[in-house]
Amino acid sequence: MTDTLTPPDLPEATEPERRASRLETARRSPLVWPVLALVLLLAVNTVATPTFLLVDLSGDRLSGPLVNIARNAAPLVLIGLGMTLVIATRGIDLSVGAVAAIAGAVACVHIAGSPDPGAASTAVVAMSLALACCVALGLWNGFLVSVLGIQPIIATLVLMTAGRGLAMLVTDGQITTVTNGVLSGLAVGHVAKVPVAVLVALAVLGLTAFVVRRTALGMLVEAVGINPEASRLAGVRSRTIIWTVYVFVALCAGLAGLMIAGNTNAADANNAGLWIELDAILAVVIGGTSLAGGRFSLAGTVVGALFITTLAVTITNLGIPSQTNYVFKAIAVIAVCLIQSPQVRHALRRRRTPARTVAGGAA
Amino acid sequence: MSQARTEPLPETARRPGDAAPVVELRGLSIAFGGVPALHDVALRLYPGEVHALMGENGAGKSTLIKALTGVYAPDAGTVVVDGQERSFASPADSQAAGISTVYQEVNLCANLTVAENMLLGREPRFLGGIGVRAMRRRARQTLERLGLDVDPASVLGQHPIAVQQLVAIARAVDVDARVLILDEPTSSLDADEVARLFEVVRTLRDQGTAIVFVSHFLDQVFEIADRLTVLRNGRLVGERLVSETSQLELVRLMLGRELETLDRLDRQEAPPVDRDRTPVVKVLGLGRKGALEATDLEVHEGEVVGLAGLLGSGRTELARLLFGADAADTGEVEVHGRRARVRTPRQAIDRRLAFASEDRRAEGVIGDLTVADNMLLALQASRGWLRPIPPAQRTTLVARYLEALDVRPADPHALMRNLSGGNQQKVLLARWLLTEPELLLLDEPTRGIDVGAKAQIQQLVAELAGRGMAVVFISAELEEVLRLSDRVVVMRERRKIAEREGGDLTVGEVLETIAAEATHTHLTETTDGEAPR
Ligand SMILES: Nc1ncnc2c1ncn2[C@@H]1O[C@H](COP(=O)(O)OP(=O)(O)OP(=O)(O)O)[C@@H](O)[C@H]1O
Ligand SMILES: [Mg+2]
Repeated sequence: MTDTLTPPDLPEATEPERRASRLETARRSPLVWPVLALVLLLAVNTVATPTFLLVDLSGDRLSGPLVNIARNAAPLVLIGLGMTLVIATRGIDLSVGAVAAIAGAVACVHIAGSPDPGAASTAVVAMSLALACCVALGLWNGFLVSVLGIQPIIATLVLMTAGRGLAMLVTDGQITTVTNGVLSGLAVGHVAKVPVAVLVALAVLGLTAFVVRRTALGMLVEAVGINPEASRLAGVRSRTIIWTVYVFVALCAGLAGLMIAGNTNAADANNAGLWIELDAILAVVIGGTSLAGGRFSLAGTVVGALFITTLAVTITNLGIPSQTNYVFKAIAVIAVCLIQSPQVRHALRRRRTPARTVAGGAA
Repeated sequence: MSQARTEPLPETARRPGDAAPVVELRGLSIAFGGVPALHDVALRLYPGEVHALMGENGAGKSTLIKALTGVYAPDAGTVVVDGQERSFASPADSQAAGISTVYQEVNLCANLTVAENMLLGREPRFLGGIGVRAMRRRARQTLERLGLDVDPASVLGQHPIAVQQLVAIARAVDVDARVLILDEPTSSLDADEVARLFEVVRTLRDQGTAIVFVSHFLDQVFEIADRLTVLRNGRLVGERLVSETSQLELVRLMLGRELETLDRLDRQEAPPVDRDRTPVVKVLGLGRKGALEATDLEVHEGEVVGLAGLLGSGRTELARLLFGADAADTGEVEVHGRRARVRTPRQAIDRRLAFASEDRRAEGVIGDLTVADNMLLALQASRGWLRPIPPAQRTTLVARYLEALDVRPADPHALMRNLSGGNQQKVLLARWLLTEPELLLLDEPTRGIDVGAKAQIQQLVAELAGRGMAVVFISAELEEVLRLSDRVVVMRERRKIAEREGGDLTVGEVLETIAAEATHTHLTETTDGEAPR
């Protein structure tokens, strides 16, 4: 029976084949769809308003619809970045809107009550105070989730509902208005023609991306999100990691809250950052990070946040009646999510890929 | 034989007197992202036969099963069931067509009860609701058939992986399937459970069921199978009658070459273990209610201590308590003669302990991360997130272990979940070797690993011990424990009953010890019957 030993010609995967497979991965990159969706929105706007894409460089600041979108998206981008890391650990933070309101309240009340409400130094102290409060709130959320083991959605629901009450306590139930150049500068100011809000968002994005990908934080966050038990057995300090991301998202929410307060020159405990947690979660999901935790994409979230902000602009730009706003938004969101759904994509080209890679699981 | 890929399979391999096959695969091909996993493979299943599907790790056995049962859509080829061409869109489809499958990685819901898991999707109805009683009764009957004594109302996740595996099998045999597919069902079972499973399999076969059986245990294949199909590198090598094939020949078919060393490991060169020195790890009275009675253990530098015992004897529990995977109620741990607090895996790792769990899927694999990240996880975790392993060092470390353990594909960027079961096991082993532990706790390290690689891994363990590492080795395969161990700790009913020098100890002697202890305990005391873990 020696003839059976003749090895059938068995080509190992050749280099071109491997390269093809890598190309394939790039094509399936989660970023493709959100970017396409954003481009589509921009195209729609350009058809409606041909000057939509023009950025006016002539004045002392950049201006044009695109610049406004970038500026308006800044708070959402900030919170989205934090939310991405939280979601990657299988968590979620519903309290970011309330935390933003608290940050605004603390800063404005401090400024209003200080002897020199217009001074830069007052603003700096006020902002530091506000951010310190946010760290404390983040620690609280992290404590509930990582030490007490409460489900994140419930744990952060506590602060989501109680937080606005806290903000009311801080502002004594009033809408506290302030006039401080530094605080409003955070929202509407410009440095080298570029809106400060955009610069801040970019800086936080850069810093986060650097920390996450240049240290091992990103990998450990993903490991904890994908398989918490295996991570624990491998010695990953998941408690510290989970705690860190909740503090980080609270800090991001605080910064966003300061921007929102600066934009209106007021602390409105009831309405500042209202529903922004839902937009942030949406931005994360549109960006291709799964709510089931694990792999995440910061760039995707940024695109997601830009998409959501552009959508709001589009609705006004197209003159769609404001009553149908939400319906329109819902349709756009569903469309993006559908395109991303593995089932739908699979149905589009069933013969080319494994039927149920997820269900098939390991080996 | 290479021509057999295109021509009809040789007549000799057909069961005499048999009619048409129940299932026939022809020209099956499937590729993942351009890399072929199966190429032009054929398989024929006849009613009333046990058909072994053989091949090395990564040969494509599990992929073939998934392509047949509708988990994957094949790129080319036909599936014929009862003479009709079929294409299953999902596992549920194939099940409806009478194909019942236990996939390699147990795919049950850990937070449901045993009974719910067994009858999920086909619950007996009672007054419009699910009849819980009827469900449990039916589950218990099926479990008893497999000789499994667990409470159907208990939560599945609390049972060891072997029990979960048996529950998955029970679920599959509970339906009257015409085809039963078992992908490495015996990988963590003891001899007893294997024997019971085979009884069930034989009964089903005699009733006319066609059974596909995948295993890396050649003895089991030769005991139970009637015919076999061999795959290598995703290609069909041949189809044989088991009665006309020798073990040696089968190994040659699988590997495409001779297997060099399957004989006794040569541990002669290793320096003798010095038991007068302070042991690397010493535990006194380590125990946890319901898991392990207070147990003492010493492991010395360069020593391999085997834990022998049957399913539920406490061998896994001892390793878990020692590593802090579960917190102990009682007992002390000394590392190098100094009291050490080992309450969490992290503390254990800081004391240079390592523990490779038997439950690869739930407690080892991080499916969506790359092979490289999976390998480096424990090392990176112990450095902390602020000190990433420098890229150059990452590359060399990963490359070294990919080669040393012969992981296929040797691609650091491949996603862990796309690796075959055996190759995942190797990556997890590497994860712990990378931390250069002083005490390595190995729970079923050769689970799902093919014949060739198994010998390599045993050799590796012997070498590590030779270089001074202390090893605790757990395996359901007693032969393997005895081959490797300097000292064997025999366990039963969640406690240590004996400790023997390795060397000339035989499987028979160990089993006798366990059996003798059984009569002894029955005469003198009543043991409490708490569920394991
Ligand atoms: N979803 C997937 N994506 C990419 N590659 C895959 C996928 N599933 C399997 N493969 C590859 O296909 C090959 C065959 O894998 P398979 O799991 O079928 O092996 P196996 O014969 O079952 O091995 P083992 O004995 O280790 O379980 C492997 O090289 C594996 O890496
Ligand atoms: Mg397999």
